[in-house]
Amino acid sequence: MDNGTGIGARVKRKEDQRFITGKGNYTDDINLPKQTYAYFVRSPHAHAAIRSIDTSKAKKMPGVVGVFTGEDVAADKIGGLICGWMIHSKDGSPMKAGPHPILAQGKVRYVGDHVAVVVAETKDLAKAAAHAVEVHYDVLPHVVDVADAMGHKAQVHEVAPDNRVFNWSIGDEAATDEAFKRAAHVTKIDLVNNRLIPNAMEPRAAIGYYDTGQDHYTLYTTSQNPHVARLVISAFHGLAPEHKLRVIAPDVGGGFGSKIFIYAEEVVCVWASKRIGGRPIKWTAERTESFLADAHGRDHVTHAELAMDAGGKIIGFKVHTKAAMGAYLSTFASCVPTYLYATLLSGQYNIPAIYAEVDALYTNTAPVDAYRGAGRPEATYVVERIVETAARELKMDPAEFRRKNFVTQFPHQTPVIMCYDAGDYAAALDKALDIADAKGFAARKADAAKKGKLRGIGYSAYIEACGIAPSAAIGSLGAGVGLWESAEVRVNPVGTVEVLTGSHSHGQGHETTFAQLVSDRLGIDINNVSIVHGDTDKVQFGMGTYGSRSGAVGMTAIAKALDKIEAKAKRVAAAVMEASADDVEFKNGTFTVKGTDKKMAFGEVALSAYVAHKFNSAEIEPGLKEAAFHDPSNFVFPAGVHVCEVEIDPDTGVTEVVNYTAVDDFGNIINPMIVEGQVHGGIVQGIGQALAEGAVYDKDSGQLLTGSYMDYQMPRAANVPSFKLGFTCTPCPSNPLGMKGCGEAGAIASPAAVMNAVTDALGVKDVSMPATPHTVWKVLQPMKKAAE
Amino acid sequence: MENFNYHRPASVADAVNAMKAAKDGKLMSGGMTLIPTMKQGLASPSDIVDLGGLKNTGITVGATVVIKAGTTHAEVAGSAELKKAIPGLAALAGGIGDPHVRHRGTIGGSIANNDPAADYPSACLGLGAVIHTSSRKIPADAFFTGMFSTALEEGEVVTAVEFPIPKKCGYAKFPNPASLYAMVGVFAAQPADGAARVAVTGAGAGVFRVPAMEAALSKDFSAGALNGVSVPAKDLNSDIHASAEYRAHLITVMAKRAVEKAK
Repeated sequence: MDNGTGIGARVKRKEDQRFITGKGNYTDDINLPKQTYAYFVRSPHAHAAIRSIDTSKAKKMPGVVGVFTGEDVAADKIGGLICGWMIHSKDGSPMKAGPHPILAQGKVRYVGDHVAVVVAETKDLAKAAAHAVEVHYDVLPHVVDVADAMGHKAQVHEVAPDNRVFNWSIGDEAATDEAFKRAAHVTKIDLVNNRLIPNAMEPRAAIGYYDTGQDHYTLYTTSQNPHVARLVISAFHGLAPEHKLRVIAPDVGGGFGSKIFIYAEEVVCVWASKRIGGRPIKWTAERTESFLADAHGRDHVTHAELAMDAGGKIIGFKVHTKAAMGAYLSTFASCVPTYLYATLLSGQYNIPAIYAEVDALYTNTAPVDAYRGAGRPEATYVVERIVETAARELKMDPAEFRRKNFVTQFPHQTPVIMCYDAGDYAAALDKALDIADAKGFAARKADAAKKGKLRGIGYSAYIEACGIAPSAAIGSLGAGVGLWESAEVRVNPVGTVEVLTGSHSHGQGHETTFAQLVSDRLGIDINNVSIVHGDTDKVQFGMGTYGSRSGAVGMTAIAKALDKIEAKAKRVAAAVMEASADDVEFKNGTFTVKGTDKKMAFGEVALSAYVAHKFNSAEIEPGLKEAAFHDPSNFVFPAGVHVCEVEIDPDTGVTEVVNYTAVDDFGNIINPMIVEGQVHGGIVQGIGQALAEGAVYDKDSGQLLTGSYMDYQMPRAANVPSFKLGFTCTPCPSNPLGMKGCGEAGAIASPAAVMNAVTDALGVKDVSMPATPHTVWKVLQPMKKAAE
Repeated sequence: MENFNYHRPASVADAVNAMKAAKDGKLMSGGMTLIPTMKQGLASPSDIVDLGGLKNTGITVGATVVIKAGTTHAEVAGSAELKKAIPGLAALAGGIGDPHVRHRGTIGGSIANNDPAADYPSACLGLGAVIHTSSRKIPADAFFTGMFSTALEEGEVVTAVEFPIPKKCGYAKFPNPASLYAMVGVFAAQPADGAARVAVTGAGAGVFRVPAMEAALSKDFSAGALNGVSVPAKDLNSDIHASAEYRAHLITVMAKRAVEKAK
């Protein structure tokens, strides 16, 4: 329907009025009668054996309702946290998952590890009593750097004597070795993908409530996937069967992946509520706890080699990565540096032979799991840094070197599982070169030099696989779940619509984009559509939002349910208008009978469906409500070219991003304004990774040195230029809406673009991320000395 | 945050008396450091003596500039008279913290706290200011005694800061990339008479002067005069954001920029 609110319209976000006027309803805004507050005792050590825990003083403190430790958890037989994706090493052995109890049992393994919980009448009383819990530790050796973890004397888990969780491989090693033997040129690079702390605006929070009368649990929580949380808490922690556990994820203020996972604190709140006689327990993370105990992202150390023939064609690619898992395997930790990473190592290029090996390693740090892009930013960083480096070594224009190696025929089967279904990489490159005015770069560089600045340009031709994921395919690769999505469309008797979706919006704008789809398909006012999500009692089972899947998978489920609504409504309309259903047409919200002037508005048909006066209920069931589950047949493959220009002040080492162009192919777009916002946000996060952010653990003490905004630098608006965006479109063939995903692309593409620009400006092969002023200054010193 | 007794005296004398009577009292001006510290449980004073009731604000420009202690950074930054008299000082105030801090934080609170990364101490020291208190007048050179430490006696209240009007002065700050506090801030001034002054904040345990730079600038108040003039790294701070060597390097770069900016 062309009413300005359909597919492709720049509809303002329906949800923003409440968010920007402070009327959102977040977990911490909810207060239940007789509510208590939890505060967690956390490990001050990176690695230690717990000799004893004395809670007697804390229990006598004012307002204390209960103090619980790992012994209580064990006594109630509450299961530990799980990792839901089984990875096998190349020798066939299963990954080595150490135990991860919801309160520590015997050992702590990182600074911030959850040791005990104090429940009290107020948060301050809980905190005061937590300081009175006496824990005696025997400090053990620790290891915090993934580069040092393999075989380190600090052994994080007994099951993994050398700290290695798995040694996994993908691709054809023999074919790749053979390609390298024929190579005319080999480019080698060592890269570090720095550890990031997610920093969602809203910290994690939970309210656990056990209803003694109903023998029923409720958990309000900051989750990107409440149904998965319910499934895990029920099936693995063994707290209650699913029908006795309701999980509600109300408004959630950002996640970036960090709220996918099932964490200890949330489970503790719901478990301990029964322990204190059924009073609700609220926990809201303090920002320091978020730094310490949210799952971190990235943290890879990689060696890569790229083989080219004499004509500059890539013929082989070899990668070895050490990926930090942190102290425990988080919910989806194992799939991030494997199937979400190495399957993208072909990039946009036709590479006949690829072999990658990944060692996943325990370290005495916060667990590492999916963070915006999850494996794909790491893959893009490796591919695009080495491709740029190869072009420089071959003295080829980096853009043309890429073009020479682009995949041009679709579908394209890579040597690393993925089958790219559609794309036009050269079109995006051309558009990006045009928007970025690449031809004018030399003049801009000369102008910068006059001001004493070093100017560089960098490209990143990224591809990602999102819209996760075909269930059978990922099941064969070790996933513990399927990644379909569900939808239910309820048409009310007056013709308004509720869509119940298994997707979960925590900033993405689903209340707007999903309503646009309904408005478009049913021809009704967008304000007559409500999107319901985030409550297991309201919504049918769904898989949640991550991996840029809510459009391609979640909206496709809605589209399928809308198809069923239309079919049913046509039958109703046909009965009322005394016509054959085959003769009823539906357009712009009106049902007409072919060859007649008979017509009914959508609302009239809805009412007819419910009053059920005008049709035979034996043939047509009353009501207008349909459900659909959609399991995608393939991943979707957004791709594009980002171009970054930086200027570096050699006196201070400060890098300024002065130009940034992003051309993306997301297939068909529902709401360009929201998509642009997603791209902007992703680019800023990537610029943050490249120039600012980086978790630092002290090697000697194991303490997190970047535990607050005083030391962890988030990117700020002033650190980024106004972005220049462009789009190309090759509709996705694997879903009826032709959509790809846009939520992660910016964060996937941008670190490589920025660092290629930084290294170009400095004339060096590599600078480690984040390229802070201090880091860049250190790179410049030997160069200055050499020049003197 | 622990409970505390709250006082809002109407006169300096009452403030001094309230502090005397308190077991572990703290003077509060804008509260920009004290309140966050209390919220984190790092300070739990028995009594808060809020100086807001003194209404001790305002800027007087005469032979010198007198800024009353309760004057906010925003008022200092926005004062048309001060922008004429000591533009470098007004510009410094305009770059402190963020808009919220600039509208709550005060000059008296800032210098009494003497955060080693605060901006104002460098202006006081760089301009040779005199700090007026409830009981005396203290030259800046004697006022700032080290990290979070000053010459103030227990319960002594800063009432005003008096600045001589220089020929020109300027301030250049290199912010810590995360916190945006000065990682290195340099205030350089060419007084109406006498030798140039250079004061550095953020780089060491507290604000300090750089005699070598002052000597160079006294001969020739230009950025070029500072070529090759640097501060030894050994006494400077070193952390994950900047080594002492990098800070030493930045002091020279920022000093030059302060001189270039000087008005």
